[in-house]
Order: sequence, then structure tokens, then C-alpha cells
Amino acid sequence: MAELNKGDEPMDATPNVSEVDASGAAATESAAVEAIEAPVERGEPILQVRNLVKHFPLTQGIVLKRQIGAVKAVDGISFDLYQGETLGIVGESGCGKSTVAKLLMLLEKATAGEVYYKGQDITRLSGRALKAVRRNIQMVFQDPYTSLNPRMTVGDIIGEPYEIHPEAAPKGDRRRKVQDLLDVVGLNPEYINRYPHQFSGGQRQRIGIARGLALNPEIIICDEPVSALDVSVQAQVINLMEKLQDEFNLSYLFIAHDLSIVRHISDRVGVMYLGKMAEIGTDQQIYDHPTHPYTQALLSAVPVPDPEAREGRERIILTGDVPSPANPPSGCRFRTRCWKAQDKCSTEVPLLAVPERFKGADTPAAHESACHFAEEKDVVHAA
Amino acid sequence: MPLLEVRDLHVEFHTRDGVAKAVNGVSYSVDAGETLAVLGESGSGKSVTAQAIMGILDIPPGKITGGEILFQGRDLLKLKEDERRKVRGAEMAMIFQDALSSLNPVLSVGDQLGEMFVVHRGMSKKDAKAKAVELMDRVRIPAAKERVGQYPHQFSGGMRQRIMIAMAMALEPALIIADEPTTALDVTVQAQVMDLLAELQQEFHMGLILITHDLGVVADVADKIAVMYAGRIVEHAPVHDIYKAPAHPYTRGLLDSIPRLDQKGEELYAIKGLPPNLMAIPPGCAFNPRCPRAQDICRTDEPPLFRVTEDGARRSACHFWRETLRDA
Repeated sequence: MAELNKGDEPMDATPNVSEVDASGAAATESAAVEAIEAPVERGEPILQVRNLVKHFPLTQGIVLKRQIGAVKAVDGISFDLYQGETLGIVGESGCGKSTVAKLLMLLEKATAGEVYYKGQDITRLSGRALKAVRRNIQMVFQDPYTSLNPRMTVGDIIGEPYEIHPEAAPKGDRRRKVQDLLDVVGLNPEYINRYPHQFSGGQRQRIGIARGLALNPEIIICDEPVSALDVSVQAQVINLMEKLQDEFNLSYLFIAHDLSIVRHISDRVGVMYLGKMAEIGTDQQIYDHPTHPYTQALLSAVPVPDPEAREGRERIILTGDVPSPANPPSGCRFRTRCWKAQDKCSTEVPLLAVPERFKGADTPAAHESACHFAEEKDVVHAA
Repeated sequence: MPLLEVRDLHVEFHTRDGVAKAVNGVSYSVDAGETLAVLGESGSGKSVTAQAIMGILDIPPGKITGGEILFQGRDLLKLKEDERRKVRGAEMAMIFQDALSSLNPVLSVGDQLGEMFVVHRGMSKKDAKAKAVELMDRVRIPAAKERVGQYPHQFSGGMRQRIMIAMAMALEPALIIADEPTTALDVTVQAQVMDLLAELQQEFHMGLILITHDLGVVADVADKIAVMYAGRIVEHAPVHDIYKAPAHPYTRGLLDSIPRLDQKGEELYAIKGLPPNLMAIPPGCAFNPRCPRAQDICRTDEPPLFRVTEDGARRSACHFWRETLRDA
């Protein structure tokens, strides 16, 4: 993915939205479906998120509900997902990374902002066009125990997407398709009539992945897909996901809190903090040349399985907890835990952009970072 | 004499489907001021061993079928329940993974911390409350005086885990067992909590048994490591040695299967297959069906814990530990 040149184009530019004729909704819908079904070149943006916002209202009272505030779970984030790449999203609990997944899956309605899939704003689609989008964007969930219906056989679970999208597989062909999928994810096709409880955690996660693949999607959103698995099984599932990406030409949005796994699988990585994107860049830019203090603290806190490397690494121990997203700090959201914070940080919201000092410079530090005092610091390698 | 010595412990669970052999001859020891990390995946028996030491195993279905647990020279398994209760909490204490479900939601944290002093030390409620504030200060909970009357749900995950630590430390026990104490926490908070635990351990010169599946956390704090698989210790070593050159193929596989933070690696090594069913542990070495080195002897003879170093500080339960070590 080295040929992908990201971070140069300004994020606020609206992507090329295909012109639609205002006359006749049916014609509009057909045009949208056509756009959605058109292929995207490898390395071109397939999903473009612009200023996405999700506020969950906080209400008081039972009969007369008054809104007394809002949990700002996602508060204006923008990023691109390129065809064929893996974009990792990392952050601690409550940073909004899972809400982003739900918004992209249209499981939650965005408060504001747009999500362009091949130039179509999917937050505004309906009918046939929306159905076509849903077919192309699938999800793999964290918990392989609760995300599979215990009363359905594996065959029914993996084949269920065909009930909603019958055009994907004719009825007589479904059983064979499901068996193919089981084979693809490394399970014995003869297990088709078994129930989820007859499988281990890693095997169940494979079933979840097979279900995600059933409709031959272009994008898979993975929300903590391996964090419930044992170490020895984690590696099996990660390797499988990498193999499938090559085989089916998939784009992954990979959400996780384990920074080592995210580095391993991702081409680019975005770091979220309290509903905002703090820093985004290639895996090398983020891990070897982080410029945002939060990224630096996060990376430095990861315990590495090597006692000697550990002794040479600088550790930044943050004080306090993440503030409540219902009442985030003014200005920069990280300032309450940041050792660099100045007056400016409490008054001015830092924008996600290549920092002035690195602009135009040929250095890996020249990537987007939302900090007034962005500065490169290596916290991952032993000094 | 070590502070705690577990000798050839066996624990079984009798279930409707059969007998699950959860712990099959585990021996380890911890000295005062020392940290032993017990590493293993789910079902390896690491937590069951800890529960047997603490005397909180559910019996039945659990059953201790053999072995000794010597704590300061006394065999805990021979004590009567009321004697055992005096040891628990006062002389050894445990920190659990999930602080929210380990704390009582309808009692204030001050009451729960103070209870330790009321029950074990016979203090008055007022004195106990003062002690609770002191403890909360000690684990760096801001505004302890104001927050002592609050309930567990009013604290963040990191603070609840600090309260758990405070409760375990309350009576200054000689031994603390921490079962996955930071698994539920975010990485920045995990670092805070592990630092606090290490600091308190130093201060009170306690023995610490840290049970975890995270090879990274272990590298940070442990003095020695016991790696468990299918209810047995497969490798035992000082912390530096095991990361530099593991002497058991299972440890090797675990280390190779975690991605690195400091560089982008190639395809991950994956240990093939699944951990064994504890009701049908394979004969010979339990790891043999998944082991790249397995030979006929591995399928028939159960390997003892061979001495890798003269003093026995390093041990490996592999017939081919020499070869494993050489190829490391």
C-alpha cells in the first residue's frame, strides 16, 4: 500500500458527489444504485467520512422528558478508507470507536455529518440504494458468544443474509454456498448442522467472519474481532483475516484497543480520544513517529513482552481518568491529562491537520495530528 | 522457608458430563517481596490453583484430590474452616479481575473497606471509617474524605480497581494473589494500576502471585514465571531467561504469536489447534497434538519438569527442552 499517498489532501473538501437529477426520485435511486454497484480502483477512497457527529441525548423526567445534555460520543470526525487497505482505529473505552462502527453500519443515525460510499451519502439513502449499500458493508463483532443466535444452526446463521438479499444466491444454491464459506474460513463444511455452543471461541469467530463474507461485501467493519480470544487463537484469526482480505479484495476498518495487533494488520491507523480523532497516518508514522501527546502516552503504556526492551523505553504515565463525554473539556479534549497543556489548549480546539512545523517537510512526522504543540517523540523503541 | 509453597496440587471438577482435571500436579513457591507470574490461557488451571490457595474453591463440584499448600510452614489444606477464615483477608488477600462485580453495589466503599477492620481487628465503625479514608488516600483516590461514602458505581473502572487493591492491602497481608487485575482496564489506566501494585508490594515486602494471560504485563513486573498448560506447569524460569530463550515449545509459540509494537512483522506464527478438553487430556505430553516438535515419546510418556539449570530455577516439561533451547 506504499503507493497510497495520504494526508496531503485537505479533509474538509467535499468528495466528488455524483450529480443527480432532481426530477424523479426513481431516476435518482437508479443512479445511486448504479454508482454503488460500480467498482472502485485499488487505492482509491471507497468510504469518506466527513465531520461525523453522534450525540446521545440525556433526558430527565418520565412523562415530560427534557433534554438536559448530550453524551458527545462522536464529535466531528473525518477520515477516508481506501479500497483494499486496512484502517485501524484505536482508542480507550468511551472514545467513540464502536459508535463510529455503528454509524458506518447505519445501526445508529448520525446527528450530523456525512458518510460517502463511492460518492453517495449513505446517511441520506433509502430504498433500493440503501439496501445495496448494506449488502456491501458488513460487520464482524467482538463477542463470538453473544453475536451468534444459540438456537440457530451454523448453516442458518451464515445463510441468513441470503434471506434478505435473495439475489445474492438462488435458493437451491444456498447450502452449497454456506459450505464453501465454512471451508474458506477453515471450518469443516460438515459442521453445517451444528449449533454455536458446539464450537470454541476461535471457531465461533470464524463463523461470524463467514457470515460477514456471505454477501461478498467490499468493506468489513471489525469491532474488536479478536479481543475475546486466547493469545494462541488470536494469531490464527488474524492470519485468516489477512488471507481473506487478499482473496476477496476487501477493505477493513479494524477497531481495537490492542495496539500491537492494530499495527500488525493495519496500513494506516487513526487514534481517537473522547469522540475526536487525535492523530492519523500510516502505521510507521503513528508508531515510530507519533506527534500527538496522547498517542505517545498510549504507546508508551503498552507493556511489551521483552524485559530488556522495556528497561530502555521511556514511559509516560498519565494521571487521572478519561473525562466524561457528556461534559468534555473545552479546547483540546486531552488537555486535562496532558503534560504539555498551555492556556491556548483550553481556548482553541486544535484541528486535525499536518502541523505547521512539519508542513512540506519530507519526514514521517508530517502527518495529521490535532495538537497545538505537536512534536515527534519515539516511545516504542528502546533508547 | 518460602512464604508460600504449593506442592503437587491436584484439583478436579465433577460435572454431569464427567470429571474435568483442572489442576494436575502443580508446584510453585513465592518468597516475601517476590513476584511470581502465572501465565496461561483460559482453562489452563491458573485461577483454580489460586482459588485453592485462598480456600475459595467451590466444593463441590470442585475437589482437591492431592497435594499440600504450605503457607508460612502450615499446610492450609489441613486447617479447619474457622482457622482458614482467619488467614484469608488478614494474611493473604486476593484481587479479582472485575472490580464492579467483586464490590457490593449497595454498600458504600467506605463501609466495605472498614468492614475488614471491624471483622478482623474489632475496631469501632468510626475508627474503621478513618482507616478507610487513609487507605483510599494511599491508593491515590482524589478527595478520599468526600468520596468515602460513595458507592462502587460512582467510581471509574480504574478507581474501582484501586479500591480493590486498597481492600486487599488493608490488613497488610503477607501474600497477595492478583487474578488478571488489569485485564478489564484501558492501557493507560493499566499502567497506573500496575505501578501502584508494584509500589505497595515493595513497601510492605509482600509476596505477589500475578495471574495473567498477558506476556507484556508479566515482562514488566515479574521476578519469575510459571507457564501453565492443561493444569500443569510446563515451564518455570526467571523472567529474563524465558523471553530470551524459552525452553518449552508452548512458551515459544506464545511468544511468537504476539505481534510487535516496534516493527511491522510478517505473518504471525499461530499455534495450530485448540487447547485440550480437560475431561480428555491427551496421553503423554498434553501439548503434543499442537507441538511442532512432537515425537513418539511425547505421545506416550508424560514429561516431568526437567531441570534446565543446576539450581532448578529453570525447569521445562518437554522431552526436547535442550533442542528447544538451542533453537531459540
